[in-house]
Amino acid sequence: MATYESWGRFPKVSQQIYPLGWRTDALPSHENTSLLPYGMGRSYGDVCLNANGTLLATRQLNRFISFDPEQGILCCEAGVSFDEILSFAVPRGWFLPTTPGTRFITVGGAIGNDVHGKNHHRAGTFGKHVRRFELVRSNGERLICSPTENTELYKATIGGLGLTGLITWAEFGLKPILHRAMSSETIRFGDLEEFFELSRQSDKEYEYTMSWVDCSSQGKHLGRGIFFRGNHVTKDEVPSHWKAPSKRLTMPMDLPGFALNKLSVRAFNILYYNQQQRKSIKGLTDYEPFFYPLDAVLEWNRLYGKKGFLQYQCVVPYQDHVAIREILQEIAATGSSSFLAVLKTFGEVESPGMLSFPRKGVTLALDFPIKGAGTFELLERLDARVRDAGGAVYPCKDARLSPQNFQAYYPQWQAFAAHIDPAFSSSFWRRVTREIYA
Amino acid sequence: MRKVLIIGATSAIAQATAKLFAAQGDSLCLVGRNADKLSHIAADLKVRGATQVSEIAVDLNDFAQHEVLLKQAVSHLQGLDLVLVAHGTLDDQKACEQDYSAAEACLKTNFLSVVSLLTPVANFFEQQRYGCIAVISSVAGDRGRQSNYVYGTAKGAVNLFLQGLRNRLHKANVQVLTIKPGFVDTPMTAQIAKKGALWAQPEQIAEGINQAILKRKDCVYLPWFWRIIMGIIVHVPETIFKRLKL
Repeated sequence: MATYESWGRFPKVSQQIYPLGWRTDALPSHENTSLLPYGMGRSYGDVCLNANGTLLATRQLNRFISFDPEQGILCCEAGVSFDEILSFAVPRGWFLPTTPGTRFITVGGAIGNDVHGKNHHRAGTFGKHVRRFELVRSNGERLICSPTENTELYKATIGGLGLTGLITWAEFGLKPILHRAMSSETIRFGDLEEFFELSRQSDKEYEYTMSWVDCSSQGKHLGRGIFFRGNHVTKDEVPSHWKAPSKRLTMPMDLPGFALNKLSVRAFNILYYNQQQRKSIKGLTDYEPFFYPLDAVLEWNRLYGKKGFLQYQCVVPYQDHVAIREILQEIAATGSSSFLAVLKTFGEVESPGMLSFPRKGVTLALDFPIKGAGTFELLERLDARVRDAGGAVYPCKDARLSPQNFQAYYPQWQAFAAHIDPAFSSSFWRRVTREIYA
Repeated sequence: MRKVLIIGATSAIAQATAKLFAAQGDSLCLVGRNADKLSHIAADLKVRGATQVSEIAVDLNDFAQHEVLLKQAVSHLQGLDLVLVAHGTLDDQKACEQDYSAAEACLKTNFLSVVSLLTPVANFFEQQRYGCIAVISSVAGDRGRQSNYVYGTAKGAVNLFLQGLRNRLHKANVQVLTIKPGFVDTPMTAQIAKKGALWAQPEQIAEGINQAILKRKDCVYLPWFWRIIMGIIVHVPETIFKRLKL
């Protein structure tokens, strides 16, 4: 059963659904409504919502178009999911060029949000690997966009939040792998300085790095956590026997709002940190739990109950570590921390996307159950700190950013807006441009 | 590496099922009305691993074409092991009540065309002494209800026809599979607003069809719980049933 909300289940809006079955379908009439493509609804806030407008449901555009097994170049419709690509590609010795922490996203969504993953320091964003795509505009035009054709629309559409038109198909490069296993290592770190030191070392030797951070600890434990790093296995490491994970669990119901509270979250964080008693654990891991630990529980967002939750992801430059330290301090001090807090360094690989979020620095992502105005006030304070540090907040995770802050993080937004299709809009876009701060 | 003819290949359930066939390396011949759509599906199935994919664009309501269609398919595939019949329309019940020609069109597409198609197919398989005929019917064929009894009549007739065919072809070692999906979220049902826990995705149905063929089943309800639901529905006494709003 298809529902049309975002992953954070906040805000709740009503909208019309227009399912697309074929990549040659014309767009529906848009005289009295605005259009927005919708894939699997895995963005957290309202970039995939269009209150009182129309969603173009793209999930049935899930056909492959061509695959070059020599070069690993895949061309497929925009509603194909990363899950479907992996099921197809991994047995053939190929992997996604980069992937976020869930594989239940569509190719169209990956481009529109210009997603990044644990290998950002090496591979950049997904948009970096997109060779070309077709963009359908509301005037009926079908444009092939690539680094050499319709270049401006190519750049605007990557990270363009679905506002420049409908992507019907895309072509991108996969990367070769020898086996589905990952050679991985997890290392406990006691504070933020140790995290930065581990990142500095690991980003050179490891393709994939990220950390879980305990957001409930303060003082000398501030910023402690567990560092994950890994590579696809090399020829010498390919295991002779391997069992792929099978069963997926589904979160059967919404948890009541009180289930997640300061105590339970603090307890979780302490337990999670201390479950690893040794400094470092090395071994082989299947790619599924390595990349997608949360996908093992389908519909995990129901953990947060009907009210939903807010996700927050920011990036700040790391010339000094002061900004990120202060942000962590602020979160820990209010005690409204989450258990899914992720810290990672972004590299210098630039995305072609005009409005892309990732930039060199350190990024922090975490979620907050919605506990009234206090939650929103805390995030406002974080926004201000990010702004002072010259950082940015990720639209794909956002449901509450002010126009002023959005426009400060993305000063190029007006240049981008020139490429928006006049019939396309989203709840997010209307919110962050409702007032203009030149 | 079977040789598979899919009739009504652009239907959502057929597309999802064909993806599973392609992943097993089958050769596929796709039949549907729209050549453009068939070409989109064919490209997808080739990428997914189908040994060979051919397309035949034809209007299945033109029964005179059915024998030729089978010959073409057998020649494209160089043989035939499996036929999946997936075409159909969910006609507007109200229109069928008002106008016999609408009811007739519904019966023609959903029942008579199946008989017309399967007559030469059955003879082919009977002579070959193996094969599999899988037909997508519906739970709607298990009992007449006011909300869609013309469509239900067509599907019920298909069920009876397949029972007889199964009985006849058993000794020729031919599997005849009746597939009874419940509510499936497809473009065919896009007009129905209420979608709840009983609704399934075409991919789930496809998985069930694939398994039922491999296990040589006779009749499957998909998802499985429809067997229980329909088991209850068919046993409600008519004196009560006629008063219900179903």
